[in-house]
Amino acid sequence: MTDWSTFFAMGGYAAYVWPAYAISVVSLLALAIASWTWMTRAERLASSSKSAEETAPETKP
Amino acid sequence: MPVLAYANPERFARLARSLTPWLLGSAVGLLLAGLFLGLFLAPPDYQQGDAARIMYVHVPAAWMAMFVYGCMALASAVAFIWKHPLADVAAKASAPIGCIFTALALITGMLWGKPMWGAWWVWDARLTSVLILFFMYLGYIVLWNAIEDPARAVRAARILALVGAINIPIIKFSVDWWNTLHQGASVFRADGPSITGSMLIPLLVMAVAYNVLYAALLLIRMRAEIAERRLRSIRLGLEFEPK
Repeated sequence: MTDWSTFFAMGGYAAYVWPAYAISVVSLLALAIASWTWMTRAERLASSSKSAEETAPETKP
Repeated sequence: MPVLAYANPERFARLARSLTPWLLGSAVGLLLAGLFLGLFLAPPDYQQGDAARIMYVHVPAAWMAMFVYGCMALASAVAFIWKHPLADVAAKASAPIGCIFTALALITGMLWGKPMWGAWWVWDARLTSVLILFFMYLGYIVLWNAIEDPARAVRAARILALVGAINIPIIKFSVDWWNTLHQGASVFRADGPSITGSMLIPLLVMAVAYNVLYAALLLIRMRAEIAERRLRSIRLGLEFEPK
């Protein structure tokens, strides 16, 4: 079992190691969430307006 | 089914829909494994101690910064030559992902540079060329949003992506061509990796994780882009319908 305080101290480099890991995880997670939200919203809008178009009376020349 | 069949955006979107959960799941699994290996199992460096663990988030991010740009330039070339309908979508969807990876490479590099070099930043050829890469990504993203006419925006974006590709070999070989404070290559070397196995394995797991994550995010963002284009054309079609 690791001694946790030693682990978190990172041999004196905690102030550099942890921010590096934190910013990597947080920004990639934020990008993933933003991309997912954008995608679900765009696909929902596209499919709903597509079905609206399909149910609309045929007006195209 | 021939690969070219996926040139159809709708068919591509269907394939992407079935692949997305698998890619996202594998990316998360690989990332957790890579973080565990890098933080717990990898030994501290004999010179740098635990600060060397920054390598496991810094180096894969820097590789991805270049790889994603390479993909963007390749997709732009394909778009130019074969007018492939998905190539521009792929290039546009890649840019924000590459931009984040480049920012991560720069920031984690600063966090590594401060304790090791005594400076957050130095204007050596490696750091400067990666900073230029970051601005290339930003410029590419801004360009798409700045030009109203989609046909002109797509052309300008392709040209920018291709011209900026010159920077990629400059980044790669900057540590050989110039006398940089940044160290030289220790994995992709002509004589094989000079890094020990217990550090190489976590590094490679993280690199694979970042690649799979890129694939997952690329598909998600391409799906979004395809849906938005469909939405735009539906709306345009409705506008031009005779009343």
